Amino acid sequence: MSERIGYKVYVDVDATFTSDGGLLPRSLVWEDGRRYTIDRIRKIERCASRRAGGAGIMYTCLVSGREIHLFYEENMRWFLESKL
Amino acid sequence: MDRVILHSDMNCFYASVEMLYHPELAGRPLAVGGDPEKRHGIVLTANYPAKKKGIKVGMALWQAKQACPDVVFVPPRMDLYLRFSRLARELYSEYTDLQEPFGIDECWLDVTDSVPLFGGGRKIAEEIRRRIKLELGLTVSVGVSWNKIFAKFGSDFRKPDAVTEITRENYRDLVWRAPAADLLYVGRSTRKKLATLGMLTIGDVARSDPELLHSIFGKMGYILWVFANGEDRTPVSPESYVNPIKSIGNGTTSPRDLEDNDDVRTVIYLLSESVASRLRDNHFVGDTVGLWVRDNGLYSFCRQQKIGTPTNISDEIARHSMCLFEEHYPWTVPIRSIGVRMSGLHPDEYCYQLDLFSDVKAREKQFKIDLAVDSLRSRFGHDSVLRGRMYFDRVLSGLDAKAEDHMIHPHSYFESGDRTGTCRIMENLQTYE
Repeated sequence: MSERIGYKVYVDVDATFTSDGGLLPRSLVWEDGRRYTIDRIRKIERCASRRAGGAGIMYTCLVSGREIHLFYEENMRWFLESKL
Repeated sequence: MDRVILHSDMNCFYASVEMLYHPELAGRPLAVGGDPEKRHGIVLTANYPAKKKGIKVGMALWQAKQACPDVVFVPPRMDLYLRFSRLARELYSEYTDLQEPFGIDECWLDVTDSVPLFGGGRKIAEEIRRRIKLELGLTVSVGVSWNKIFAKFGSDFRKPDAVTEITRENYRDLVWRAPAADLLYVGRSTRKKLATLGMLTIGDVARSDPELLHSIFGKMGYILWVFANGEDRTPVSPESYVNPIKSIGNGTTSPRDLEDNDDVRTVIYLLSESVASRLRDNHFVGDTVGLWVRDNGLYSFCRQQKIGTPTNISDEIARHSMCLFEEHYPWTVPIRSIGVRMSGLHPDEYCYQLDLFSDVKAREKQFKIDLAVDSLRSRFGHDSVLRGRMYFDRVLSGLDAKAEDHMIHPHSYFESGDRTGTCRIMENLQTYE
């Protein structure tokens, strides 16, 4: 279930642990309950999110042709920055 | 060749982390402070808008509220700050293995050997500043110099989010013109003494006669002179360096004032249990008990006493502390804070002289009981097993003195001894003369 704190939305994520120890998100469930498949991961880097408030590993992903930033926070939860 | 040393200081650290996690408070004055209910009611850190309104670290929460009525207080989240501190250190470690933390938010880095790799101290400093801002969402100010003292001065010189380089060319302009109090180890009383000698700036100290400083401040006089001249040679300790433990202590401000010996006994037992348990965790016994007391007029004193048989048994430590207390406190006013400390540490397999009058078997039994309590508490929590005395006043005994939130301690520049090279510098001076 997703949980919202201001502009920060914690979401459910399906992810794969790769054999070399990497962690790759495959799909996520947005607030409206719809599941979105992650088509491609463009970049993985450490980054802070000033809008949502937090820091962690930022996955720049392509979902239905649009670029989103999915964060894996230090507390082991995934969040998205909400535009609204 | 000169070393290249950075000092990185995370600006208003606790407040900055809280600002990151509370984007809705952007631009508003914010102070991180303890829980007023439990009387840990002081400002630990304030952000820049709050500081501008006159809020200072160490103020009581009510004073802060007076200075700035719209200030937002947030309770401290130590685990979060420790996490960010660790992340910053991970980042530093990409540049050097010589990194020495000075508290939770400051760190010295010796990047001398990484300069050929990354290109210059200033460049590394800029990169660290940029990356911490991007990756952790915090700002740092970094000082770059050829010694630790000037590097620290540089990080205090311009903040937040800035890099200051102190070179052999500009230190006379930047450092020497600054007030003497900006030098590490010039506190209130040293500043006053220096002022009576007409030394108001760091430059005045640097240009003075080291023998004059020595005659007033003792050995510290030479050290100050060396600091002011940028001749400090203290190395930056490697990352893996762990400072040897010299004493183990715990102190607390009780939730209410302590009125009589019974109150004090409760708190002393609580603290002694924690100290003894930490001694056992680290396989130590101690032969000196120290007691620190502060009354509600904020007057404080400490007393210590060597005990015959080294110990890490809770009951023994508590009894000795209580004796010290009864001997030295006249009960003129109620007490606000108390601390218990064991020093004179030896490894716990240390051989010592038994005396004729103590019951060795009983002591062994006590020790086994303590071990059993330790293991119960580690499995089921601190409150799973308590002394009967603790049930008389659950408010007083409600503290878990061993808990992690008491684990941030101030650091001393001389923790690992005097490594400034002052003796050698002074000897050289004397041979020249």
